[in-house]
Amino acid sequence: MENLKEVRTRIASVNSTQQITSAMKMVSAAKFRRAQNAILAMRPYDKKLSEIIRDINVEDGVDTPYHTIREAKKVLMVVVSSNKGLCGAFNSNVIKEANQRIQHYRKQADVELSLITIGKRATEHFAKHTTLVKSSYDEVLDKPAFDDVAEIAEDIMNRFCEKEYDKVEIVYNKFKNSLTQILTTEQFLPVMPDNAKKDENKVQSDYIFEPSKMEILKEMIPLSLRSQFYRVILDSLASEHGARMTAMQKATDNATELLKELKLTYNKARQTAITNEIIEIVSGAEALNG
Amino acid sequence: MNVKIIKPDATLYEGEAKLVQLPGIDGLFEILNNHAPIISALQKGKIRIVDNNDQTLYFDIIAGVVKSEKNSVLLLVQ
Repeated sequence: MENLKEVRTRIASVNSTQQITSAMKMVSAAKFRRAQNAILAMRPYDKKLSEIIRDINVEDGVDTPYHTIREAKKVLMVVVSSNKGLCGAFNSNVIKEANQRIQHYRKQADVELSLITIGKRATEHFAKHTTLVKSSYDEVLDKPAFDDVAEIAEDIMNRFCEKEYDKVEIVYNKFKNSLTQILTTEQFLPVMPDNAKKDENKVQSDYIFEPSKMEILKEMIPLSLRSQFYRVILDSLASEHGARMTAMQKATDNATELLKELKLTYNKARQTAITNEIIEIVSGAEALNG
Repeated sequence: MNVKIIKPDATLYEGEAKLVQLPGIDGLFEILNNHAPIISALQKGKIRIVDNNDQTLYFDIIAGVVKSEKNSVLLLVQ
């Protein structure tokens, strides 16, 4: 029976696919946990940093080269994707959003747009379809060390100060939980003025400020910008592994469903074959008797 | 005094120390026991720590900020 054999091969192939997807799910789960821990490890740093900024407590806003708002003629967009696929709509969402932004800027005649891509998926896509990509950093995603990420941020910040870009945006998947990623477009530079309510009950501890409050704050802005960029990378990574986990879970479930159906078809085909054989034997025997 | 040095991706040092020498943006300075509360910005350089066993430790930083009060020194570095 040809059909029987066909079904058997399909069962075998679905089975091995299922094994692969469930193994990938386990791997993503482990990587996801690691990425999540990295985000958690960063939280105290972020908290302390904003605590110190609050302690400094400057009434009027700071003015650093990073705050200068210029007319957005030269825009840089940083697109953060992943190096590997098989993570559902993770990459296509980012690319779609980035494309929308590109269309948006193209409508404004005098805007010059550049791209920096992080992650092979975006790099390959935009290298194929556009000529906007200035540079791409795919390796940082493999091992997200702060120093490497900070270097990229530093480079972008320097270019912004040298007026090479007037505005820098980041398109990435913000991490919410393992099931939800929030596609986000965030303005990185110029620094958005902090509209958060000022602390009214000023806890004035008598700190010595060395040098002046203003100087310290100016030094702290790049500090917080670099860690903001690092947080974006960590968020994107955690989102990626979360998305892949979900995608692989779905694939595994699908395979289970498919296997069930295939087994049914297989059993039916087998039963038909047996029935046919019995009929043949019986009719053969009858022919002999007759 | 208690000293804690943290980087966004790791804690570099946490423990007791006798002396911390820091690369402030206006020059090197030291924090010893019972230093007055201070907040200061740091520039690229080395942090030197002498712990209670007289061991000297060095950490390279590219930038940072220090906050010290009540014998607890918090260093946020990069």
